[in-house]
Amino acid sequence: MLHLILFSVFGLVCVGGAVNLLLQRHPINSALSLVVVMGALAVEFLLLGAEFVAAIQVIVYAGAVMVLFVFVIMLLNAGEEERTSGSRVAWLLGIPAVLAGMVIVCWALLARSNAGVAAIGALPGHPADIAQLLFHQFLLPFEVTSVLVLIAIMGAVVLAARPESVERTKREG
Amino acid sequence: MVPLSYYLVLSGILFACGVTGFLIKRNIITIFMSIELMLNGVNLSFVAFAARWQQLSGQVFVFFVMVVAAAEAAVGLAIIIALFRTRETLNIDQVNLLKL
Repeated sequence: MLHLILFSVFGLVCVGGAVNLLLQRHPINSALSLVVVMGALAVEFLLLGAEFVAAIQVIVYAGAVMVLFVFVIMLLNAGEEERTSGSRVAWLLGIPAVLAGMVIVCWALLARSNAGVAAIGALPGHPADIAQLLFHQFLLPFEVTSVLVLIAIMGAVVLAARPESVERTKREG
Repeated sequence: MVPLSYYLVLSGILFACGVTGFLIKRNIITIFMSIELMLNGVNLSFVAFAARWQQLSGQVFVFFVMVVAAAEAAVGLAIIIALFRTRETLNIDQVNLLKL
């Protein structure tokens, strides 16, 4: 019962934050509601017993990635979003299509499946157990990930550097 | 005890919000945040399935998704900065060429 209450409360916070992200016009408000969504999701992960995932959700997502977003919003001095008139057909067809899709998926999941229940802390995701998997079974993907991160760092530096500073570095060798 | 389907419905709602934001938003940074929202929705279903089938590999995959999302955020925001430097705008209606 307690599990269900906690799930519902933080699920509602999640959905509220996601809807607020759509409704806000200023990017900084959207970014802060995304932080709320990520924090509430970390609690949902804890309810499922995924302690390590909840911790890195807070540190990496709500911490690092969102700081990057807020930093870029402030750096570019992003103002309010301009309202542009979209296609009327897209509104008339798109919103009913999204709602119909959601209703069908929810109905199929809730009424037609007996997928079972997830008990509170069903699968304790201790860091030690995850590390055991990560450094044995998933060692190759883990190493490939490190190459990916290295390429991402170099790409970010090259893309964000000012053209004139790149030229100067080339000339000076 | 929460049925697994509740977690999947929550994850589906988050994903749908992300897709909607991707389609209706006009600011390129907000569109980028909608993508992060979609990734978060998928992560929730990964963890829920991991708990249901008692397989830790689901949580390891969430780790990989997070690493890819962080790399993508770094490169994407660098592209946004480069774009802003040449176009002086964040409105995607005015960004319709692939070249910077």
